[in-house]
Amino acid sequence: MTTDVTGAIEVEAVGIAKRFGAFTALDGVSARFRPARVHALLGENGAGKSTLVKCLLGYYRADEGSILVEGREASIERPADADALGLGMVYQHFTLVPSMTVAENLVMARADVPAVIDWSRERTALAAFMQTMPFQVPLDIPVGRLAAGERQKTEIVKQLYLRRRFLVLDEPTSVLTPAEAEQMLGLVRELTHSGAITTVIITHKLREVAMFVDDVTVLRRGRMAGSGEARSLSAAAMTAMMIGEPQVPANPERRGVPAQAPVLEITGLRTPGIGGRAGLGIDKLIVRGREIVGIAGVSGNGQAGLVEVLAGQRAATDGEMLVDGEPYDATRGAAQARHVRVLPEEPLRNGCVPRMTVTDNLNFRTFDDGGGRFWLDARAMGQRARRMIDMFGIRAPSPLAPIGVLSGGNVQRCVLARELDGEVRLLVVANPCFGLDVKAVADIRARIMAARNAGTAVLLISEDLDEILELADRILVMREGRIVHETPGAGADAQAIGAHMVGQH
Amino acid sequence: MTAIELQQAASLPAPARDADRFYPLRRAAEAVVFPLAALVIALALFSVFLLALGKSPGTFFWLVWRGAFASAFSLQNTLQRAAPLLLTSLCVAIPAQLGLVIIGGEGAVLMGGLAAVVATYPLQTAPGWLLDGLMAIAGCAGGGAWIGLTGLLRTKRGINETIVSLVLYYIALAVFNHLVEGVLRDPASLNKPSTYAIPPQAHIPSLFGTELHPGLPVGILACIAAWVLITRTTTGFAARMTGGNMRAAQLQGLPVQRLMIGACVLGGACAGLAGMIEIAAVQDRANSSLAAGYGFTGILIAFLARHNSLAIMPMAVLLGGVGAAGGLLQRRLDLPDASVLVLQGLIFVCILASDTMYGRIGWFQPARGRA
Repeated sequence: MTTDVTGAIEVEAVGIAKRFGAFTALDGVSARFRPARVHALLGENGAGKSTLVKCLLGYYRADEGSILVEGREASIERPADADALGLGMVYQHFTLVPSMTVAENLVMARADVPAVIDWSRERTALAAFMQTMPFQVPLDIPVGRLAAGERQKTEIVKQLYLRRRFLVLDEPTSVLTPAEAEQMLGLVRELTHSGAITTVIITHKLREVAMFVDDVTVLRRGRMAGSGEARSLSAAAMTAMMIGEPQVPANPERRGVPAQAPVLEITGLRTPGIGGRAGLGIDKLIVRGREIVGIAGVSGNGQAGLVEVLAGQRAATDGEMLVDGEPYDATRGAAQARHVRVLPEEPLRNGCVPRMTVTDNLNFRTFDDGGGRFWLDARAMGQRARRMIDMFGIRAPSPLAPIGVLSGGNVQRCVLARELDGEVRLLVVANPCFGLDVKAVADIRARIMAARNAGTAVLLISEDLDEILELADRILVMREGRIVHETPGAGADAQAIGAHMVGQH
Repeated sequence: MTAIELQQAASLPAPARDADRFYPLRRAAEAVVFPLAALVIALALFSVFLLALGKSPGTFFWLVWRGAFASAFSLQNTLQRAAPLLLTSLCVAIPAQLGLVIIGGEGAVLMGGLAAVVATYPLQTAPGWLLDGLMAIAGCAGGGAWIGLTGLLRTKRGINETIVSLVLYYIALAVFNHLVEGVLRDPASLNKPSTYAIPPQAHIPSLFGTELHPGLPVGILACIAAWVLITRTTTGFAARMTGGNMRAAQLQGLPVQRLMIGACVLGGACAGLAGMIEIAAVQDRANSSLAAGYGFTGILIAFLARHNSLAIMPMAVLLGGVGAAGGLLQRRLDLPDASVLVLQGLIFVCILASDTMYGRIGWFQPARGRA
């Protein structure tokens, strides 16, 4: 085939259609990815971005349409066909083996791994290869010990090692600090403009598009919504194409100032470290009423542990938690008595039972009236669920559908509806908008701000620094289980926060 | 020049309908159609097996019908076989609500039966109803403790409950044999080592001049009670939450470990009760006849019923019937005994395979593709 071509290649999708049962994921989409340029593929969740690239990469077979590589029609029926043509992808969820070293991962990914590997020769070759890379990755460290940013770089290095000439990056910066993200995207752009690869970035972040992207392609509900050169498109124009509405939802309004008395007060909280990762060591953490405290940090620096302790999913070895001055042990009784609510990250995985109905899931907090009931009250549960569905605009095929069939935004709305129902003194939220589309993000941030304005103390733990900058009254930075930096939310410096996140301040 | 081909898509699909009134109906239909289709496919495959042996499938199914359901005698035989299976299936289906796969129900049957026999020994002259009550309590306690131990090891030590329950079955069998052939052995039982018999007044008579013993109504009541517990009570709701997603249950502060152990104890108690009824109504003494595989057939039935306590009832009758027809098949078709096992195995595999079909067929899905 075309394996002798060197450097970036052009890929073009012509009239691609893909249906899953009655659902049309792609409806006659045509897009041309010109060589040696950085392309952004924009669109809301479910717009068809992933489906389109999966068709290009042979994971799906398109029902209609064709794919042109370097102007010639290519038959891509399997991922192996895409490999042979030099088409590759870096997934949002990493595909490296954590227990193997970077070198082992690279060699193993090759299509032609020999039965017996001559490691000294491979290592020399790898070292030489690494010299040609714009960024370095340590070869002899197990991937599991690398930080998220390093792993992302390793994924890209792996694709280049496999001689890919057309590379799709699926939300590559979602787990990186702003500094890491800028560095990584800068390197990708450099690499692309040098003519080595053609890059397609699937993203939600318009700021990155403005800074690093040459061409933009926007999908909406499985159709082409528009395309053009990035420098000639404003953020508002791109958003309009994505959501089909002229104006961007306004930032939620902040009303009132934080109360004086603390609602949540954590002192000397400790948990043991797990698998080489530091445990929690929080000396003092206070959240007041009508205040959003944002905790920023690179993923894996103890944020998940803090949420688990507050949610009762993990026990602390030491320390004291007070809510409104009363001891708090995160049991069901204490959470209900003190009006504490936790919105975990990945709500479908952490806060819902996918195979139970929307109605059931909306009643998780209240089905037993705080432990006093024996018989389920199906009628009250149904009424409560319908009220929440209406209030939060949850779109579900039926209140009796399993919650697992809902889209991510609607699952998050369900969990939010459930946890914000009734009096809420303390709300703990982790990455509430991860993987949601623009409209759902705006909606959910507005709900969190509304809870704050109503007097709730909010602890917002997020890997999305933009989100924290938008919502928080006060920002804390967490690294290796400790709080290492504090700054007021108003006028906070993203670069300084980023530096504290990675420990280079 | 701002060269842009801004192809604003002219007409987007109309907003999808938010509600599908027939959705619950579609789901119910899905839950009935798939197992039935799997059953039909299993029977078709078994017909191929019969044809390969040179037997007529038509004759075979006719004989199963005759041997299992056609006459009062065969129907009684079928129901009698189904009775203990109802209870042993619950030993799988109840823990399954919490995501636990328990396959050691046979061990609970043995321990329950043994405990029931031993409970009568100090009270040889007590009235029958008292003895039966004591036997039932002892049977439930023996079986409940046995499977409860599995739950305890799972929750406190994180040991796989499937393996533990299986290994505990072997231990139960060894303990059972050791006692029945040792200290509890009635010297008069020469060919078949057995315990001393329970006092005659403790024997539970058959119902209304039939062959049926009270194990059948007890099993049916237990299945209905389990269904009510699981679907209608807050405890059952909490159990289903835990089984569906333990992290979500923990997030709501539910006592996850207690629920798991409780479900194991309850399931084990059901299986232990099956052992007690076998002793009190059929065997009168504990011997190797108690290890007849009820616990293992219960696994099959619970999976066939997809752990739905109400669906266990027809499935237990179905498999009881296949067992009841075994003798007739052997005599009339000259089929080896194991061919019934082939049929059971085919049904099992087909039902398990049908599990992967849920959510794949458009008609059963909501009228709307995706939110």
